[in-house]
Amino acid sequence: MNEAERLVELIPRLRRYARALAGDRATADDLVQDTLERAWAKLHLYRRGTDLRAWLFTVMHNVHVNRVRATRPTDTLEEEMPELAQRPAQGDALLVRDIGRAIARLPEEQRAVLLLVTLEDMSYEEVARTLGIPIGTVMSRLSRAREKMRAMLSGGGGGAARLKVVK
Amino acid sequence: MIERPISDADLQAYVDGRLPRERRAEVQAWLAAHPEDAERLESYRRIAEGLRDTYSPVLDEPLPANLRRVLRPERLRSAARVAGWVILGAALGALAAWELRDVRAPTAPVAEGAAILAHRAAVAHATYSPEVRHPVEVGADQEAHLVTWLSKRLGTQLRAPKLEAVGYHLVGGRLLPGESGPVAHFMYQCNQGTRVTLYVRSDMPPAQTTAFRYAHEGRVGVFYWVDNKLGYALSSADISKETLLSVANAAYQQLNPP
Repeated sequence: MNEAERLVELIPRLRRYARALAGDRATADDLVQDTLERAWAKLHLYRRGTDLRAWLFTVMHNVHVNRVRATRPTDTLEEEMPELAQRPAQGDALLVRDIGRAIARLPEEQRAVLLLVTLEDMSYEEVARTLGIPIGTVMSRLSRAREKMRAMLSGGGGGAARLKVVK
Repeated sequence: MIERPISDADLQAYVDGRLPRERRAEVQAWLAAHPEDAERLESYRRIAEGLRDTYSPVLDEPLPANLRRVLRPERLRSAARVAGWVILGAALGALAAWELRDVRAPTAPVAEGAAILAHRAAVAHATYSPEVRHPVEVGADQEAHLVTWLSKRLGTQLRAPKLEAVGYHLVGGRLLPGESGPVAHFMYQCNQGTRVTLYVRSDMPPAQTTAFRYAHEGRVGVFYWVDNKLGYALSSADISKETLLSVANAAYQQLNPP
């Protein structure tokens, strides 16, 4: 199988990651489209024998970061915290229903780490390589992402205070 | 035996099932003595499960048309060429500069003027029709405003033809930089999601009126015609020449009433 075919096989996984990263379907597929176009244009830079998945997710990460930078004003993490803090949470049903909202409120860099570990089942080394960060940073971002998710999804209990402390 | 202290990284790796067996047992023993942490880790595990439950159904969704389209080699080539500009956010200016260098002769003969019109319309179609989020600047919900705005910028009264009779509704439009001035670009879509675009420039060299002509550039087919200073080009990449002709005819009859 050549790179192009393997790239095609990875599209559903790119879409899943993009959906969690970007939130809504249209934005996510738009991100996938930009990623594929970029990846195709840069395929000659991919080194054969290395991890194509990590390479492709790196391309998506870069495209996403550029897009987020371009639309930063809509990124209103802090403003929405009071609402979250008051949300009572009990049981699994609520957890699942709100998980999309919680993940959307994580800082970008923490969200990426948590999603690559959880959805892609990447090792910490793979995540570090994909995002171009040291493994220690992967661990601390993962830890903070999880704690923040837990605080948001369990409601009250000082969740908002904790969220504001961590930058 | 000297026990290594349990670190936060150990706990994360425990949640992800990435600890070697012995270490896992040590963490388990530690958690038994620290119920609050055990509970915290259980929340992490449930969050992971929730994320997978929420997003994994995406894996089974059929690919939308624009993603399938992106995979066709011939489209990939042209898309990659223009996508870079778009991502840089300087798409229009850069595209215009590149275009000018590429095709413009110092004094384009009359017949070439129309050919350039078709070429630029094809490039505009290839650039904007795959757009999911920003296919147009002004949507059809503000059609009157769109037409007034573009008319003002092009210095002539424009019309967005009604193409419902041939199955296409207006999505909206945008202003583009043309060869020597602003250009209006209208986008239409049918219920299956296929798009056609109408490219209108108002600064054609004088005294050239042409009948319908057809050109294609890669997969993009273009019917174009010139009516005095107005040049029209209707493009699509996804429908047959015959279908495109019927759409072009419908547009032509409204734009150039006898």
